[in-house]
Amino acid sequence: MKKILLFLVLLFMVTVPVIHSAQTHTVSISQIVEHPSLDAMRDGFKDRLKEAGFDVIYNEHIAQGNQATNIQIANQIKGESPDLVLTITTPSSQAVAQKIKDIPVLFTGVTDPVAAGLVKSLMHPGKNISGMTDLSPVLRQVELIKEFLPEVKTIGTIYNAGEANSIVLTNLLKEVCKDFGIKVEEASVANSSGVYQAAKSLVGKCDAIYIPLDNTVVSGLEAAIKVCRQNKLPIFSADTDSVERGTVAAIAVDYYRMGLQTADMAARILGGKAKTADMPVETLQNLRLFVNEKAAARMGVKIPKQVMDRADEVIK
Amino acid sequence: MSLYAFMGAIEQGTAFGLMVLGVYLTFRVLDFPDLTVDGSLPLGAAVSAVAISNGYHPLTGMAMAVGSGFIAGAVTGILNTKFKILHLLASILTMISLYSINIRIMGRPNITLLGEDTLIDQFIELSGLAPHYSTPILFAIISGAALLALIWFLKTSFGLAMLATGDNPKMVTSLGVNRDMMIIFGVGLSNGMVALSGALVAQNQGAADVNMGIGTIIAGLASVIIGETLFGKPNVTRAMLSALLGSVIYRIAIALALGVRFGDFAFTPSDLNLVTAALVVVALVSPHIKSGLLKRRAS
Repeated sequence: MKKILLFLVLLFMVTVPVIHSAQTHTVSISQIVEHPSLDAMRDGFKDRLKEAGFDVIYNEHIAQGNQATNIQIANQIKGESPDLVLTITTPSSQAVAQKIKDIPVLFTGVTDPVAAGLVKSLMHPGKNISGMTDLSPVLRQVELIKEFLPEVKTIGTIYNAGEANSIVLTNLLKEVCKDFGIKVEEASVANSSGVYQAAKSLVGKCDAIYIPLDNTVVSGLEAAIKVCRQNKLPIFSADTDSVERGTVAAIAVDYYRMGLQTADMAARILGGKAKTADMPVETLQNLRLFVNEKAAARMGVKIPKQVMDRADEVIK
Repeated sequence: MSLYAFMGAIEQGTAFGLMVLGVYLTFRVLDFPDLTVDGSLPLGAAVSAVAISNGYHPLTGMAMAVGSGFIAGAVTGILNTKFKILHLLASILTMISLYSINIRIMGRPNITLLGEDTLIDQFIELSGLAPHYSTPILFAIISGAALLALIWFLKTSFGLAMLATGDNPKMVTSLGVNRDMMIIFGVGLSNGMVALSGALVAQNQGAADVNMGIGTIIAGLASVIIGETLFGKPNVTRAMLSALLGSVIYRIAIALALGVRFGDFAFTPSDLNLVTAALVVVALVSPHIKSGLLKRRAS
């Protein structure tokens, strides 16, 4: 018995390191700013690589929203010469793409990688860089609002006209709404302190407010929620984290899952099974539906039963 | 700090050095606190990026950037001198309008230069050096040339009048110098240099982005102050050189802060702003401490 045990222990000691951590990898991360969704991607990425048995040392860099620092980070990463670079958001990806041509780079949280100049095409990235887009499922989100408010005539939206992502999403929203015969009332802000004013300007002009994936507006979201509570105006978001903060509901890309899927791409690269040049840009199919009962009650909407039944999470 | 990070800091320091020279010109020479720079840096980036992506030579794009920056600065100058709006407010007004104007110019908030033939690519090809050597060399040449041009300009009679405008506005007016003209031209010149800096930064970063100007004035002032503290300012030549060197030192300090490892003593990425502020405070306070120590030793 003892011998068998000893044998098993020895076998474990020999095989486990071989299977799991034949070597230590280094991964450098460049992220433009700290923000719950962006942090969730980073966490998901790290958790999945750990799960998959990779022994990884991380060099994490966050530019605090400063694009000058952002380029310095790209140079810093070049000096670290990691096995892989993870870039989170468009500006961080562009700076790294400009500076690093010989290390595999995976981007995540980029809405339009072709327009950003990161890849030639989504199917054939062609160089040392590939990754995942987070293009928001706007159609599914408008459908969700219609489930709550079948009679919805006008949707108000708040976004920062200075965010590339937001322009793409707002145009997409207008396109989708046009097909449904819904009017879109826009309010744009320059910084998160303008959100309160923007939300107020929409009161009386729309049946619901929709907050796209906009870093500026999401960081000042509480102001919009406050206005919506006071005026019994339902507010919907494009990310699930915001539902926990007080929006009625969201069907969204789950950033943590996005990090997990990006890590799967990373595992293929670190394991030597794939090269970025041949890895098509991926999108997340697995969406999550969150509803907030209290928010719905305060903003005067009933949660339809079919929505309640398929919700991934109900916030009480 | 790795070689790449060090060369990168020099590259950043010289690219932003043009901006710092511009800030020096307004802040110290004209005594005109000018926040236009947060808008004119991305303006230069936007104009040059649109020009380059429409097939113009990068140098043409950069010349257009300088022109647009000059106009932006002149607008601030006119708001201040002709419409009697306080300099700080005048520059804020121009800065916030530039946000909208920059999006108009680009047609969207972000224009990529990845894959475009930038001046950096052309210089890499010309010099045959690796990018991490050739880019800092290119930027050092450009900012060095701008430095020499500026020193030459400030020694002409027009330049001397500009120096006097900041020092003693009453005197220059009594000498028959048109003070308003000096302010308008000076702030214009300053922002022309800032816009040129933006054009270089955009090519270096692979994109022009409407938000890239955030924090420009802080970096500019920090660099000016660090330069003055370390290298002194006995005359115009030395002062301008100090400003440029201050820019490089500032970026090296940031690179050092970025390179701090996460050991038991954990500097997290979110500490970066604090580190930057602490750096400026140290630069501001150190001359006092130094003179205090000297006094104590003397007594």
